[in-house]
Amino acid sequence: MKTTETKTLKVIFEPIWKNNPIMVQILGICSSLAVTVQLKTAIVMAIALTLVVAFSNLTVSVLRNAIPRNIRIIAELCIVATLVILADELLKAFMYDISKQLSVFVGLIITNCIVMGRAESFALANPPLLSFLDGLGNGIGYGSVLIAVAFIRELMGSGKLLGFDVVPQAFYLSGYENMGFMLLAPAAFIIIGLLVWLQRTLLNK
Amino acid sequence: MLFGKIKNTFDKNRKHFQDGGKLKNLYPLFEALEAFFLTPENITKEGPHVRDSIDLKRFMSFVVIALLPTFFFGIYNAGYQSNLISGFSLDFWAAFSKGLVIVLPLVFVSYSVGFFWEILFASIRKHKISEGFLVTGLLFPLTLPPTIPLWQAALGISFGVVIGKEIFGGTGRNILNPALTGRAFLFFAYPAKMTGDSVWTVVYKLKDQSVDIVSGATPLAVSALAGINENIEVLLAQKGYSFSRLLTGTYPGSIGETSAMLCIAGAVFLMVAGIASYRIILGGILGVLSTGYLLNMVAGDSSAAWLSINPFYHLVMGGFAFGIAFMATDPVSAPGMENVKWVYGFAIGVLTVLIRVFNPAYSEGVMMAILFMNLFAPLLDYVEIKFRLKKRVPNV
Repeated sequence: MKTTETKTLKVIFEPIWKNNPIMVQILGICSSLAVTVQLKTAIVMAIALTLVVAFSNLTVSVLRNAIPRNIRIIAELCIVATLVILADELLKAFMYDISKQLSVFVGLIITNCIVMGRAESFALANPPLLSFLDGLGNGIGYGSVLIAVAFIRELMGSGKLLGFDVVPQAFYLSGYENMGFMLLAPAAFIIIGLLVWLQRTLLNK
Repeated sequence: MLFGKIKNTFDKNRKHFQDGGKLKNLYPLFEALEAFFLTPENITKEGPHVRDSIDLKRFMSFVVIALLPTFFFGIYNAGYQSNLISGFSLDFWAAFSKGLVIVLPLVFVSYSVGFFWEILFASIRKHKISEGFLVTGLLFPLTLPPTIPLWQAALGISFGVVIGKEIFGGTGRNILNPALTGRAFLFFAYPAKMTGDSVWTVVYKLKDQSVDIVSGATPLAVSALAGINENIEVLLAQKGYSFSRLLTGTYPGSIGETSAMLCIAGAVFLMVAGIASYRIILGGILGVLSTGYLLNMVAGDSSAAWLSINPFYHLVMGGFAFGIAFMATDPVSAPGMENVKWVYGFAIGVLTVLIRVFNPAYSEGVMMAILFMNLFAPLLDYVEIKFRLKKRVPNV
């Protein structure tokens, strides 16, 4: 019993830090450049992707013995696409403004390498519960980096967090300025690069 | 006598910095200071020897010497422009001392913040402190507008040193020019403080002055705003920017870039001393002139005014002279092979003119042009090596 417990924990926690999909596998960079200007969109994107990965992993894992090997990619794509459309519709129904801001990037979760990667490399070979947890872990790993990047970009780029002004007015009066660079996509590249640097340094200690 | 004393001081304190000493983390700093005052003692004992009196330290100090005229003129000009617009005395010493007040803090911030990062990385990564920063730290403030807030300058030089140089492994391994990287960062981070008409002159308002003083537009800004049927040369002359004034440099702009004449003098000095590659500099000038003439030829009645400007104006306006003399010739980020240096310089010239003429959003093209070509330097080297190997007669 002990071994399964540790394995379960490992499945969840490894992708969050040691094997992070963005910082180590450098997957899902596209969306992490695009939706991290604001914290709000990043959080919604993180939740959407986490749910999609988790449930696609679960579904693929349940069907893993029924899917013929030759057409498994198509089958996986169908499952992922269904879930993504579901997420997209839910966002449109309940969070219309944010879904407008996220625009195509929710739809593009289909092509996000993390989703396909986990289905291919994990869900096809592992039982449903473990796959579901693996999906959750990867989603959280992706989401945490997304949120960290968005936190830095929104704070430094527009002086806000979740849309509220957090930089006191006194700062602006004494000459502080928002960094326009943080609103451009290359800023996310540099921040992710610095995060990778930080993570490698901490891991190698 | 004096040198003996200095040597004694170093010898006496050496034990604190070596392994086991209290300050062993600061050894790079000690080593750098010693090398700055004295000739290093560790001499190559076995072959192969390259017999040349020039090392990195001398190399960099030559660049600093070449920069000094531009630097002092930049100080004078910053003060002169400021006094001109705020209505103070235009006397040489009045202007120069005002310039010192404006420029010296920037230089101080650039050096102190830059050296802080340099020493930090040298201590952690155990590499030597490089004299290269003496040049970077002086080049960087010269590329900035005089009104830039000091904390932004500090941020810019930090970005230039850390992201532009240290993460690649320090001096000699950077793919981009660190000073320009810092400037490009500021350019995108704080566009309001790096572009526009109001950033080029420091205005001191007297208390009883209620009228807002409008500082002048740079020649490039004047040119970029010219209408279709206007003649830029006439327009510039109306604003007081005659060709000779553009050459000598008493007009508002980034601190070091305005005087094309002194930049050319510095470039000639560097070329004669064998520090800067004449191929890059001449290639760049050729690139500007040929692109300028080509645009002159295609210019029609209804094309933009920029197309029909005399190409020589491109050489003296804005930062091209400064960039091609001191930035493009950076031996680390330029290609190492001799023939492709022509291509490298030429492309910088072409790109500078193209960016200026066809992209009104960036009125100054030379920064982008140099950074862009920095990225291509390894590829150019690769092409030339391949080409030479192909021409070699097989040894069988």
